[in-house]
Amino acid sequence: MNEVLLDVRDMAVSFGGVRAVDGLSFTVREGEVLSVIGPNGAGKTSAFNCVTGFYRPSSGSVRFAGTDITGKRPAVIAASGIARTFQNLRLFGDMTILDNVRAGMHVRIRQNFLDAVLHTPRYRRSEAAATAEAHRWLDFVGLRYDRTALIRNLPYGEQRRVEIARALAREPRMLLLDEPAAGLNHGEKAQLLDLMRRIAGLGIAVVLIEHDMGLVMEVSERIVVLNYGKEIADGTPGQVRSDPAVIEAYLGVEDGEQS
Amino acid sequence: MVMNNELPTPSGEVGEEASAYARAVDERGQANVALAGHGVGRPRARLAGALSAVLASRWLGAVVAVLAVALPLLNADTYLIRIATDALIFVMLAVGLNIVVGYCGLLDLGYAAFFAIGAYTSGVLATKFGWPLLATAPVVVVAAVAGGLLIGGPTLRLRSDYLAIVTLGFGEIIRITANNLDFTGGPNGLYGIPDFGDFGLRSDIAIYWVTAVVVCVAVLFASRLGRGKLGRAWRFVREDEDAAEAMGIHTYKVKFAAYIAGAVFGGLAGVLFAAHQTAISPPSFNFLWSALILMAVVLGGMGSTPGVVVGALAISLLPELLRGAENWRYLIFGLLLIAVMIFRPQGLLPARTGEPKPRRRFGRAARKPSEVEA
Repeated sequence: MNEVLLDVRDMAVSFGGVRAVDGLSFTVREGEVLSVIGPNGAGKTSAFNCVTGFYRPSSGSVRFAGTDITGKRPAVIAASGIARTFQNLRLFGDMTILDNVRAGMHVRIRQNFLDAVLHTPRYRRSEAAATAEAHRWLDFVGLRYDRTALIRNLPYGEQRRVEIARALAREPRMLLLDEPAAGLNHGEKAQLLDLMRRIAGLGIAVVLIEHDMGLVMEVSERIVVLNYGKEIADGTPGQVRSDPAVIEAYLGVEDGEQS
Repeated sequence: MVMNNELPTPSGEVGEEASAYARAVDERGQANVALAGHGVGRPRARLAGALSAVLASRWLGAVVAVLAVALPLLNADTYLIRIATDALIFVMLAVGLNIVVGYCGLLDLGYAAFFAIGAYTSGVLATKFGWPLLATAPVVVVAAVAGGLLIGGPTLRLRSDYLAIVTLGFGEIIRITANNLDFTGGPNGLYGIPDFGDFGLRSDIAIYWVTAVVVCVAVLFASRLGRGKLGRAWRFVREDEDAAEAMGIHTYKVKFAAYIAGAVFGGLAGVLFAAHQTAISPPSFNFLWSALILMAVVLGGMGSTPGVVVGALAISLLPELLRGAENWRYLIFGLLLIAVMIFRPQGLLPARTGEPKPRRRFGRAARKPSEVEA
């Protein structure tokens, strides 16, 4: 078994009286494809936001690759090797497709402001390298569009691809995808499935929040099920599918059945 | 899955095909631009095409800069030189504020504060301590940075409207402080500020030339800064602060950098202003100034350095050009501004949001991304 990459322990966060995440523990191993599922409001996205630093967990710890990242700034966590996409696309709308992908490799671009002002060879070199790399990532996600176009002019499904390309350009060790299949048609979902497999093939751990069970069962090596901010099941797709607690969470139980 | 072959992979032929496709689109895009530039069809389209070709030219900036520097050789009228110096100082202020508001999206309503810090630092050192004006410039930069740190530190954690209100307050604090301190001359201000030296020329022309050179360099500086890594980070923050954070960009530092860059531009413009006016007093730095500079940025096109230069020239020169209309001139000026806002809300010369013209693309084949080393 691969080494543990992300280790979340007893993580909790609440908004007002609502405990969105309530003592959640789970691990992600290097290079695995893990899905986090659960009914709406189960705390999946809140858990993502805690891990990536957008929310500060009120208790518990998050360790990534052996370092404690609990409550760190999102930028610091991102720099340590976690990339994410957002549930509702968060692209830089008034910028080009290439610029959006360059954002992912931003912290790796070696130039300072004087290079930009003086147009030094280093500036030209780093810009050219960044552009070439952005093209490679867009090739990887299979974007067939004029890449100098503004991102907001792209169809929705293509914007999703660019968001993934942007996250990959971060060269993460772990990629968090928050409902990447939402709003995609059947063919696009199949392409997404293939893309996720190829991402895993690069040795990047993929953590997926998704409601499309077909996709989840197909792609995941392991599934974590949440309900009311707690983990109620953790196992292979086969185990989770037949777990009574999971069935109860999704379908509910009849009055007489409660034990 | 069966769909495998539909998705180009990074290695092998399919990936290269996608890349070649992208390149073909790029090149065709360029061809279209060229076509529009030459203009086909009706004369009006041809005129618009020619205009956009001129505006898109790399050489436009250089030509304008040469014209600006050469002005005294063409016409050395005292009044004209004075108005032109004022206009250029205003251009520098607008370009500086554009870094903060246009590039980074931070609404600053107290920008005149940095202008005041520059003018007063320079004025005090020159009149009370007898420093040559040029020697005050480095101190002004330090003072402007310090001012930027002082205000930016606590306020840049705020977002949008809150930031605007706090900067508005800061602008007033600086002006009122200058009004009440002894060494700044209180309400009378400072007078007898020396110039940079006359280099054997008429003194107003000497100041004009210093101003023209400094402002041209500043405009080039701002424009190039906006296209590099830092400039991109500013636009990421403007577009979506959270997404920028998720990319590992420390948004607080990035906003700070914009604020400080703007402060330095404002401070240096203050030195030029002090030299040009020879006397400064608190009313020179009131809220109206901050509002006018912001108006130049919005009028010209937020985030577009060429646009902001045009906007600043329009705001500073139009009242002079309308002098013939006597008391009506500010009314006409106001109406013209309203007309622009209605018919061209994006500004006179909005930012071009495309990619820079590619000279030649490097990295021919599509390599496997995992092989990429930064």
